[in-house]
Amino acid sequence: MSIKLTIMEQMEQIAREHGKILAPLKEDLVLADCGLDSLGFAVLVARLEDRLGVDPFSSAEEAVFPVTLGEFVKVYEHGRR
Amino acid sequence: MADVDAASLRAIVARHGPAVSFLDRDAALCMRELACGTSLGGCVPALAGRSVLLATASQLTSALALIELQGLARRIVILPPDADPTHLAAVIAAAGVDAAVIDEGTPAHRAFDGLALVACSPLIAPLIDALPPSVPTEWMMLTSGTTGVPKMVRHDLGTLRSALVAPSPADGADVWGTFYDIRRYGGLQIYPRAVCGGASLVLSSAGEAIADHLARLAAHGVTHLSGTPSQWRRALMMVPAIEAIAPRYVRLSGEIADQAVLDSLRAAFADAIIGHAYASTEAGVAFDVNDGLAGFPADYVGVVRNGVAMKIVDGTLRIRSSGAAKAYVGGEPLVDDAGFVDTGDMVEWYGERFHFAGRRGGIINVGGLKVHPEEIEAVINRHPSVRMSLVQGRQNPVTGSIVVADVVLKGEGLIAEKSPHQIALKDDILKLCRETLPRHKVPAAISFVPALKVAATGKLVRRQ
Repeated sequence: MSIKLTIMEQMEQIAREHGKILAPLKEDLVLADCGLDSLGFAVLVARLEDRLGVDPFSSAEEAVFPVTLGEFVKVYEHGRR
Repeated sequence: MADVDAASLRAIVARHGPAVSFLDRDAALCMRELACGTSLGGCVPALAGRSVLLATASQLTSALALIELQGLARRIVILPPDADPTHLAAVIAAAGVDAAVIDEGTPAHRAFDGLALVACSPLIAPLIDALPPSVPTEWMMLTSGTTGVPKMVRHDLGTLRSALVAPSPADGADVWGTFYDIRRYGGLQIYPRAVCGGASLVLSSAGEAIADHLARLAAHGVTHLSGTPSQWRRALMMVPAIEAIAPRYVRLSGEIADQAVLDSLRAAFADAIIGHAYASTEAGVAFDVNDGLAGFPADYVGVVRNGVAMKIVDGTLRIRSSGAAKAYVGGEPLVDDAGFVDTGDMVEWYGERFHFAGRRGGIINVGGLKVHPEEIEAVINRHPSVRMSLVQGRQNPVTGSIVVADVVLKGEGLIAEKSPHQIALKDDILKLCRETLPRHKVPAAISFVPALKVAATGKLVRRQ
């Protein structure tokens, strides 16, 4: 499964678990408006670390702040290289 | 009990029947042989009035030497089996040690230079020398700190004997066992009671597998058995060895006894008294709970029961007890102005009971919300497929930390990674957590592991 699909699947899963309604997942979706709160994102990063083997936010030398879903996916795609 | 700290254990074991013994893998020794025998060669007078480091490798020789040193030495400094040798010199200096009891397994160490060294042997020889008059003896125990030089706390036979308010052994017929080492506080709650009460004591040998230890406990017909909840959970996995023992009294201490482990023990030992005790090296034993329920009745707090008073300050249990240690060595105060020891254990009050939430120092901070790992473990352990679990914080860029869990399943073997059964089981455990816990306490990830590390203290190893 691609990194992008893994991320989207996990976002949907966490939204279900946390009883949140997720906005349609598009490249330009602003993360702050996606429907997950900070705890939801914390769980997402932890789950992705288990599935993709990397937490690009904690391991990056420079702080990265993705704004959109597309940027978030790119951070992971870079992290895996 | 004014004179108990000078009591002679020799005089007590002299009255025991011939069946009352210390039993390890290699030897069975009748306690009353020490009434007019010695395990210390011709060196008994040389230890009179000394501050003696008990540094034997085996539990059996320690068990023998303690009988001889009580009332003879001014002070016994009890070295736990896994003591860090780099701290030996500091311990010796702090406790004014001038002699050491060793056995053939004790490794040589520079810190022993200048001490009177006495070898202890399980071969009992006739005691030729006249014994000097009994003196009060301090029992110094090392606390199980994780880093730095261990602290020493001072007990005596009186505070240690007061440590068990549980069923009393009948002379000769009872066989006590413990998963603890008797050189730790958990084991030292058992040792004086067995020796003074006339019960045999089954000791584990160095490096002995749990299943082999259980087989010996079964062979000797153990009637009273104690350990930490983690040690009991591990023992419950030892099928069929666990099925061969039938203790009348099962005791848990040293960690939080959750409802799941109490229920598992009830299922395994239908007729036994199953009690969990609250005890710490510093505070002594505060109480025993024998009703099979986790936590303790709320009316234990605010009254004096069995010489123990308890209060809750800032959510933390404080205890004042006649069984408390006398002091830290080095003069550091052990108690507050009213004589209470701060246990560092946090409790929560719901219904008619207090429940242990966890250690004050073990709190995980999830986005500013405090989480006790023990509370989540208790929920996971309630799942019918789970034997034990460890909840820890994992670093997280969003909330600082997030909760993750390692889980050991009941039964044998691991389930295949990513199999439908494994995914369904994880989902089911998470469902239980979601139904019971607020969102920030639900583990973000669950890993199934074959075993969890249990320290020599019998407690689950938690990352610091």
